[in-house]
Amino acid sequence: MTSTVRTYLGRLLPQLIALAIIITAISIIFPGFLNLQIQNGRLYGSLIDILNRGAPVVLLAIGMTVVIATKGIDLSVGAVMAICGAVSASLITSGHSLVETLLVTLAVGILCGVWNGILVAVLDIQPIIATLVLMVAGRGIAQLITEGAILTFIDPGLIFIGSGSFLGLPMPVVIWLIFGILVALVVRQTALGMLVEAVGVNREASTLSGVFTPVLLIAAYVLSGLCAAIAGIIAAADIKGADANNAGLWLELDAILAVVVGGTSLLGGRFSIAASVLGAVIIQAINTGILLSGFPPEFNLIIKAAIIVFILVLQSPRFRTAFTYVSMPRAAGKPTEREAK
Amino acid sequence: MQTNSDNILSAVRIEKGFPGTKALDKVDFHLRRGEVHALLGENGAGKSTLIKCLTGAYRRDGGSILLDGAEVDPRDTFDAQRLGIGTVYQEVNLLPNLTVAENLFLGRQPRRFGMVDTRTMNRKARELLAEYELDLDVTRDLASYSVAIQQVVAIARAVDLSGKVLILDEPTASLDAHEVAMLFRIVRRLKARGLGIIFITHFLEQVYEISDRITVLRNGQLVGTRETSDLNRRDLIAMMIGRELAAEIHSARTETAEGRMRYRFRNYGRRGRINPFDLDVRAGEVVGIAGLLGSGRTETAEVLFGAHRADSGSAEIDGQTVDLSSPRAAIRHKFGFCPEDRKTAGIVGDLSVRENIVLALQARRGWTRPLSRAEQNRLADQYIRALDIRTADREKPIKLLSGGNQQKAILARWLATEPEFLILDEPTRGIDVGAHAEIVRLIESLREKGLSLIVISSEIEELVAYSSRVVVLRDRSHVAELGGDRITAHQIVEAIAAANEREAS
Repeated sequence: MTSTVRTYLGRLLPQLIALAIIITAISIIFPGFLNLQIQNGRLYGSLIDILNRGAPVVLLAIGMTVVIATKGIDLSVGAVMAICGAVSASLITSGHSLVETLLVTLAVGILCGVWNGILVAVLDIQPIIATLVLMVAGRGIAQLITEGAILTFIDPGLIFIGSGSFLGLPMPVVIWLIFGILVALVVRQTALGMLVEAVGVNREASTLSGVFTPVLLIAAYVLSGLCAAIAGIIAAADIKGADANNAGLWLELDAILAVVVGGTSLLGGRFSIAASVLGAVIIQAINTGILLSGFPPEFNLIIKAAIIVFILVLQSPRFRTAFTYVSMPRAAGKPTEREAK
Repeated sequence: MQTNSDNILSAVRIEKGFPGTKALDKVDFHLRRGEVHALLGENGAGKSTLIKCLTGAYRRDGGSILLDGAEVDPRDTFDAQRLGIGTVYQEVNLLPNLTVAENLFLGRQPRRFGMVDTRTMNRKARELLAEYELDLDVTRDLASYSVAIQQVVAIARAVDLSGKVLILDEPTASLDAHEVAMLFRIVRRLKARGLGIIFITHFLEQVYEISDRITVLRNGQLVGTRETSDLNRRDLIAMMIGRELAAEIHSARTETAEGRMRYRFRNYGRRGRINPFDLDVRAGEVVGIAGLLGSGRTETAEVLFGAHRADSGSAEIDGQTVDLSSPRAAIRHKFGFCPEDRKTAGIVGDLSVRENIVLALQARRGWTRPLSRAEQNRLADQYIRALDIRTADREKPIKLLSGGNQQKAILARWLATEPEFLILDEPTRGIDVGAHAEIVRLIESLREKGLSLIVISSEIEELVAYSSRVVVLRDRSHVAELGGDRITAHQIVEAIAAANEREAS
């Protein structure tokens, strides 16, 4: 048992270290950064803010992890967020109940996933192209639904999802925590995780071993669509309206980045949902830190890029090899292969 | 034996190993000035490894290379080119989006005032190609010409760059008869100029048409070098796929399988892959499949397993018509399939030995009924022990294992599903001698347990050792079936060669 825990922690160690360094750095510059306080039975503080603001990317990263593990990629999640935000806003303003609104919105997200999945698994289109279709078309669809305007709503139930709290935590945090744990459990307690990894590493060998690859691939994109739907609802509820142009804009890239920072290879195979969630939190912590530091906004993206490059370099196998080589005792003086000849 | 000065290129005792296999075992190869020398052998025999050692694409582990009597040590293909060894591959490795002239002079364009002198380059390109009876518009993109022309352009470039030794690696694989004739005219002309030409192909007629001598490799070892005119087709095939015939009058199997007839395929086939065939397999029987490369061996296996759906005929198990249209359907009927290409179709490289062993069983159970970790460990340990899979532990990624151990792990994957019908495509290719013997023993013990097996192999004496019947393939058709005491290496070679001779005449 302890050994399982140890391998698990070993897997997450680079991400945990990166997060700790970033948070320490910010809190040295801003001593009040780590403060938490309770007001009206709810936690407040910059740390909570990071978890809350990061909710959409965390959710997208959960779905994206599984898609990437199958050697795919889902570029459409930002657009699907916009579609689902628009659907929920238009349903709730046209007088449908909250439950109906949520169920239909989630169904739309699933439908988007089925579309992507069929393009990839049945028609055998490269994932980056297949999902590009919906990425481009999705914003148009969302604009058609909102009729080009920002569709605002006042339904307290829907707004609660964006700004309410439960057990002292903001609702978005509660939602991604529960959803993330749920997905991780389903994936690891069933055989799904292993089968997804097998398909991602070698689709042909998996198919020949009897793995039902098309269904698995479609399921991965459906999960991604579902995650995007939840993220879209949260984003709309947060601003009490659906903005077809800006909801989820570029978030697919943050989600992919979160997965990569989480150490899952874009070549498919081994994946860790917890690591991707940590990756998303790292990205949000960087965002918040830069925001707090008061740099001119022009610098934000550059600084973010620099920090991410640093994290990726830390993970790169070549760097690790080089690092172990440098840290080896010089005296060893091992003969190289050529000299040995 | 020729004097050394006659040999333009001599490779002496070349050795090259890969983890778990010996790809070349002290191979000697001598190329004379002005000869076309065919290098033959089945897949995995070591032909391309030898070529790669000669051209510096691989570092050889041992042996020496003499070019014009002087020892050379090409570090990479550019180095080899500079020394005089040029290579043209089956897939033309030129740049289709550049012009013919640019391709010919890439990296050494004539310059004028520091700029590429296009006019001179085009003129020189035309002159160069005129020697090859080609009158092309050298300013057009290479891609606008046929593969055959591109092939000749590649040869022209290689000869112009190197000019001593030309290696042609399956140059005719995608050419039609007319284009082959054109290519051969050029090859003869280069031969007359004194070049040494190494010619690799699978087409035996072409070998007889163009080559002066033949060297055959098998399992990384030199079988022999012969004058083409002294070697008849039958002996050549025997050299390629079996040891000397005399030694191979194996004790013919007297017992034929007595198990009940279980699997009956009628008129089974798929257009463009394998012509319809009839096949019956009993319980406790090994049906061997023999034939040269490209004769439809793998296609037979794939259609039986549903990897490519059959588009004609029917399949019956115990008298019941069954659907075998996909691997999943076949697996439901307790089929298993170890594919020929272990790396791309067999192993799931990044996953552990344990996960690779349980994969097929888990896939059949469905994702909702996971095998517990304890059960996975038990299965993995059981098969690691039973098949003697050499691995540090069951969690090691399978790609780090040697070929033979990977093969055993894939066999274990199927044995874990308790199959009744097992298809093995080249189960012993590219693995070391020890593992080889173990797999042959395993095939025999599975047959004794009552499994039905289909085994495809290029190793004739291996087929003789374990087959109850042997089906011989040619040109994507099943052409002969040998049973009982007719299963000898001699008879099998005879059947393959007869088929080939009929085709040639």
